[in-house]
Amino acid sequence: MTSSHAPPASSLAQKLIARASGRGHVTPGEIVNCRVDLAMFHDSSGPRRLKPMLEELGAEIWDKSRVVLVMDHYVPERDEESRRIVRIARDWAREQALPHVYDSQGICHVVVPQGGHIRPGMFCVGGDSHSPTGGAFGAYMFGIGSTEMLGVVVTGAIWLRVPETIAMHWSGGLRPGVCAKDMMLAMIARFGMNGADYQAVEFCGEAVRALSMQERMTLCNMSAELGAQTGLVAPDATTRDWLAQRPGAGLHPTPQDLLSDPGSADVQHDFDATTLSPQLAAPHSPARGVAIAEHADTRIDIAYIGACTGAKLDDLRFAARVLRGHKVAAGVQLMVAPASLQDRAQAESEGTMQVLLDAGASVLPSSCGACAGYGASFGESQTVISSTARNFKGRMGPASTQVFLGSAYTVAASALRGRITDPREVLA
Amino acid sequence: MNTTPQQPGAPVWHRTWHVGADIDTDALAPGAYMQHGIDTIARHCLENIMPNFAAEVRTGDVLVAGPNFGIGSSREQAASALVHLGVAAVIAPSYGGLFFRNAFNLGLLLLTCPQVDLLRDQARLRIEEPDLALVLPDGARLPCAPVPGFLLQMARAGGLLKQLKLRLAAQRG
Repeated sequence: MTSSHAPPASSLAQKLIARASGRGHVTPGEIVNCRVDLAMFHDSSGPRRLKPMLEELGAEIWDKSRVVLVMDHYVPERDEESRRIVRIARDWAREQALPHVYDSQGICHVVVPQGGHIRPGMFCVGGDSHSPTGGAFGAYMFGIGSTEMLGVVVTGAIWLRVPETIAMHWSGGLRPGVCAKDMMLAMIARFGMNGADYQAVEFCGEAVRALSMQERMTLCNMSAELGAQTGLVAPDATTRDWLAQRPGAGLHPTPQDLLSDPGSADVQHDFDATTLSPQLAAPHSPARGVAIAEHADTRIDIAYIGACTGAKLDDLRFAARVLRGHKVAAGVQLMVAPASLQDRAQAESEGTMQVLLDAGASVLPSSCGACAGYGASFGESQTVISSTARNFKGRMGPASTQVFLGSAYTVAASALRGRITDPREVLA
Repeated sequence: MNTTPQQPGAPVWHRTWHVGADIDTDALAPGAYMQHGIDTIARHCLENIMPNFAAEVRTGDVLVAGPNFGIGSSREQAASALVHLGVAAVIAPSYGGLFFRNAFNLGLLLLTCPQVDLLRDQARLRIEEPDLALVLPDGARLPCAPVPGFLLQMARAGGLLKQLKLRLAAQRG
């Protein structure tokens, strides 16, 4: 235990919040006001809602250099309504002379870190529930609604109830055909969709340290489905190497002391990555974990590799590992919507996209697409296996659409066999 | 669900609507209508769960739900659809964290009541101020978890936008 003069043990989440709220130390449960380093929003949550409210208030954006706008939900435009929404975003970006705008470049949670905007130590908000993705870089980032974003955009600050820290400690190492998506589906099945009770989840242990930056993003991204306010991975050499390749590298030195103090977590859960098998969530909840073997006879119509959760460069590579030299089963549509143009370009130059195309994939725009369910969705009574984050009833298609969730490995293997398939059978 | 006209100053009895656990934001504000304004979105609120809800709900009614109400997306239309339909409060044992913030920001009162099962057969209830207990027609009282004062104030003021407007007006003198 600490002596009376030693500073109390703080988790990474507490350290980030203490910094943002100008305090030496914060305690779980207390309500603090935090300065916001970065506010990110998209065409749906952003301009179309913020512009009229800002006009009603007669207020201005507190600091345009700290705002990033991404057009990803209603692009490419498909009808009059989506054209109107995207036009509002483009016109407003021009009127306001926003310095950081990514129009049709990919999905915000992937594009914003790739643009070098998220750095360790920052305190960030996003107008989207998958905003905890930024926690993969050792930043405190969480999702808020548009009216609360208005408050941030006007004042540069936001209140927060200091969360407890739940440590998800993964020892061992993942086996071939198993990835971060499987880790998340396993945790969500175990704790439920609100299991993290809006606290902070920190992913740690040797299996997490061994993950690539994009795989860490997948963990933090799906913290939303665990019901956490944020998901975090402490920055290390992997983080620094990745950031060194982004714009602005060297301008933002990583603050010291971005590690959770020993004993600072309020709860710790232990997992063994070595024994983890590919995971599957059945319709209509990400928490409905089922054994793949139970569904070995479930035929699929559509295999979908998309979204910030499941179509980053690493996910495309996982799919290509399964599909190299093969064709998808007759009657199965394999759709691939790379998460960003940058990821797509890299996948093209290294040959990954060609493997997917040769297998019969159709390539869709780099946007939220069917995952958001904002129009571009699947047909009646289709059975879908998807690398995305959510399979709520009626989200990605009519209420009759059956959506299973798995990793890009599992989606690709299922496309190959035409039924739900453990990727290890195909990779062996 | 008959309502009797309320006397001025008389306690307000709220009609109740009941839904189960894990009601997600897509059920409250379906994605297929998200491109439209709140009047359209509200017409489809909970249509996959209670097809008659949006047409029959009346101003002052309350929604009684199971655990994890509002899990899912950050779309605040999930809360504003309920406000638009006149829902006075939601009562549930737990909420999606993002929805919880959005609701108060939009002026919707959320009450956290662990004993929600005791409300299952109740067609109406009162919300007792200032301690936010639920009162049933037989006089039984169910306590709710305390709500931080600044959130209660925000809900009573009609949400964050209205509060910001007042604050900016005061700053400008």
